Amino acid sequence: MWYYEKKLQYPVRVRECNPTLAKYLIEQYGGADGELSAALRYLNQRYSIPDKVVGLLNDIGTEEFAHLEMIATMIYKLTKDATPEQLKEAGLGDHYVAHDHALFYHDAAGNPWTATYIQGKGDPIADIYEDIAAEEKARATYQWIINMSDDPELNDSLKFLREREIVHSQRFREAAQMLIDEKDKKRFF
Amino acid sequence: MEKPKPMPEAYYSLLEKIQAVDFVLLELNLYLDTHPNDADAIEQYNESSYESRALKKEFEEKFGPLMNYGASYSDYPFDWATPPWPWQV
Repeated sequence: MWYYEKKLQYPVRVRECNPTLAKYLIEQYGGADGELSAALRYLNQRYSIPDKVVGLLNDIGTEEFAHLEMIATMIYKLTKDATPEQLKEAGLGDHYVAHDHALFYHDAAGNPWTATYIQGKGDPIADIYEDIAAEEKARATYQWIINMSDDPELNDSLKFLREREIVHSQRFREAAQMLIDEKDKKRFF
Repeated sequence: MEKPKPMPEAYYSLLEKIQAVDFVLLELNLYLDTHPNDADAIEQYNESSYESRALKKEFEEKFGPLMNYGASYSDYPFDWATPPWPWQV
């Protein structure tokens, strides 16, 4: 089970109301390579992966929920004071008519989140390689969002999240090597 | 969602201290998941865990429970489900 802790993993501050920036950030909320996809992908893969790497999937999967909460906080803070007119100007008019100021799991272009973004293949190497790719794609997305953002306070939090993707990718690469070594040990001639 | 009242400076500074030591713990945890025989890292993990508990005890005495389901003590009236929530500060 999980306990909730009443704190963010890393502080989230924004300079001002900025729904345009929020629209881009939604990519990391309900997009293909976003934090929801990451959390659900890793936690679901735990059940069929060898014991040696279950802990890593469990702990990174849990951290992804903390990242999802940071992204949600960014979107919330960037949009909470926006008028319908400002949301419309930012390209969030379609979002507003369906959700008002509520958050929803879709990507920056409005496509709803789908389980087809993630895989649980049951093959340990296939699953871990997918996880490495997912981290690299998420890292790239954070970079593209930072490139679009002119809010230095928000960028500080985004840079933290970008660095986490790098660490996760490196940990998953170690896990891949552990799985390969384990497989080789079982090979008899 | 009404506007939450502003929190004192000590809330933010103490919370940041907790976030810093908990980040060390999370990083060491992920590292130890794939390097379980690193004794130095385990020692640092246990020391940081002690430090985190002490900081959280101090924070909770001033600002209320950090965790639900009984992992933190409650005052009267029940002070878990009260603002501010993390996205409100």
